[in-house]
Amino acid sequence: MTSTPRPTFPLNAWYVAAWDAEVGRTLLARSICGQQMVLYRKQDGQAVALADACWHRLVPLSLGTLVGDGVRCGYHGMHFNADGRCTHMPSQETINPSACVRSFPVVERHRFVWVWPGDPALADPAKVPSLPWMDDADWAGDGSMVEVKADYRLILDNLMDLTHETYVHGSSIGNEALAEAPFDAVHGETTATVRRWVLGEEAPAFWGAQLGKPGPVDRWQIIHFKAPATILLDVGVAPAGSGAPQGDRSQGVGMWVIHIPTPSTEKTSYYFWCHLRNYRVREQRITREVLQAARGILLEDETIIEAQQRAMDANPGREFYNLNIDAGSLWARRLIDGMVDKELSGAQQPAVVPREAVGA
Amino acid sequence: MNTHDTWLDATVLAVRDLTPTVREFQLQYPQAVHADPGAHIDVQVMANGQPDSRSYSVVRCEGANATIAVKHVPSSRGGSRYMWSLAQGARLKATAPASDLAPVYGSARYLLIAGGIGITPLLSVARALAGSGADVRMAYAVRTEAELAYLAELQELLGNRLRVFVSARNQRIDIPGEIAALADTDQLYLCGPMGLMEAVRTHWFAAGRASSRLRYETFGSSGRYPAADFTVRLPRLGLEIQVPAEQSMLDALTEAGVAMVSNCRRGECGLCAVDVLATDGTADHRDVFFTREQHAQGGKICTCVSRMAQGSITIEPPWRGDPDLAQTDVLAS
Repeated sequence: MTSTPRPTFPLNAWYVAAWDAEVGRTLLARSICGQQMVLYRKQDGQAVALADACWHRLVPLSLGTLVGDGVRCGYHGMHFNADGRCTHMPSQETINPSACVRSFPVVERHRFVWVWPGDPALADPAKVPSLPWMDDADWAGDGSMVEVKADYRLILDNLMDLTHETYVHGSSIGNEALAEAPFDAVHGETTATVRRWVLGEEAPAFWGAQLGKPGPVDRWQIIHFKAPATILLDVGVAPAGSGAPQGDRSQGVGMWVIHIPTPSTEKTSYYFWCHLRNYRVREQRITREVLQAARGILLEDETIIEAQQRAMDANPGREFYNLNIDAGSLWARRLIDGMVDKELSGAQQPAVVPREAVGA
Repeated sequence: MNTHDTWLDATVLAVRDLTPTVREFQLQYPQAVHADPGAHIDVQVMANGQPDSRSYSVVRCEGANATIAVKHVPSSRGGSRYMWSLAQGARLKATAPASDLAPVYGSARYLLIAGGIGITPLLSVARALAGSGADVRMAYAVRTEAELAYLAELQELLGNRLRVFVSARNQRIDIPGEIAALADTDQLYLCGPMGLMEAVRTHWFAAGRASSRLRYETFGSSGRYPAADFTVRLPRLGLEIQVPAEQSMLDALTEAGVAMVSNCRRGECGLCAVDVLATDGTADHRDVFFTREQHAQGGKICTCVSRMAQGSITIEPPWRGDPDLAQTDVLAS
């Protein structure tokens, strides 16, 4: 009997497996929370996620062929439908009743394909994090995905404390004023929030350009974490004194920045991100410029985080020291730990799931 | 998902009789175990003085405790007799639970058909589906009312969506009617004696239903006839083997030194099938690998579960000797 290391992620949660446009009439292989999956769309467009290992000899189904609404294994031609049930076996007239591959619950929402790697009976579509700006014409923008060789929680740590912007992203969105501004960290049952306002300071380069107005600004940075892996940044600037801290952001420019680092394995992640803005929404050029700027900013984060993971691997057993600025990340990790604890204790009860809402 | 070959030390925590022939065993594992709906465990048993393994469905699982239910079948191969000899505190080797019957969620309606001890894998399936908010109905057939294991729990779970059929009272499941009442996208889950399983499967396919929406579990332990002694002849090897009622043909062949391959040992995979040259008596095909037509033709037989109801059977072993590669017509030799 071996002792199992404590999981770093809960399985009973919705995770982004892909952007909507990544999944089509081809076979896409992804490892989500350590589970190999093959993703594709049925002929009616519905997304499907099956275990990416043939029931027969475990060859990845993603190396096979999409046939109708199912997958044919590229080795011996076993055919599996979108529920994962085997519908064809070579050289025999019946089908072994045990023959199946796991079919993961899938929900497509807010431009992402979400999968549930845990107990399918608990997969309640109402638990998909709400990202309304992704589907709202008043918000424009786009994003991408980058594979990061690090524990997804290191990406969450990075986002839950934006002090790092001053040092990692000094040429674009960071400045000294940000690192010195006060903040508070609060939490709910499934969320943690870090709120920071920088009042009457000069805007950093990126934000100054977006605002397009001279003079000092009031800047907000509100970080919402939704367990286990979604971070929504409510960020922006407005001319100093124009009322943004009091709730009137009409003179400013704002963004919702969506960051979703999905655990692929314990030490690798798919980092999905998207920048949505509420100004100059009909100008495609801004979308491209923000996307390019964001790529550069994300690359700076990726470099630091991967180096951090390597250093952790090189220093096994070394614990982190935590500072005041880490309050947000500690709340996020506590919420994740709570979900993992609940799973380990087996206390999870099935939710009542609206049938039509679950992929079938 | 169907490999679970690590033997763990388990202890019998409690024993409880559910019916005169069905007994529950609560097993304690050395660690927490998880059972998906429809799960079973393998248990090491002594059957007729020989170590062997048997599969039993898990009816409940919590923490390190898994509960199985075992029907005592006097005519069986000895597994149930062994299990029934175990009292509280007994130790045994068992695998962690694994499920080949975990439900596919998302259908509007589910029909569960259980016959006798076949209720055991369907109990956890019913619990999971009902818990997910699905419309799940059950038709539960038994010979006599005394055999209605888990009736109270099922009534609480399913209310009037549970219907009981007692054959001693001439109550029968209207199988074609039940299937006709299901939409194409609904699913049927089935476990029970061979006759019931075969009738449901036959009607299902006759109604043009998709094989992927019929889920069933076979134990390979029941047939149309009670198990009896019979004789296997292998003229190619000059062997005549007596198969006692409590032994499988596969085990008898292996014991006699006939090289065989097998895998599932419950009539699903077809690996242990051999060519039949002749029969003297009635073959009792208990596998689900061959179709009904193939059974009727009788050209092959799954030796792990199928047997002769009486009389004898003459078969070809897989052994043909090394071929002469200079000769091209190898198959004819």
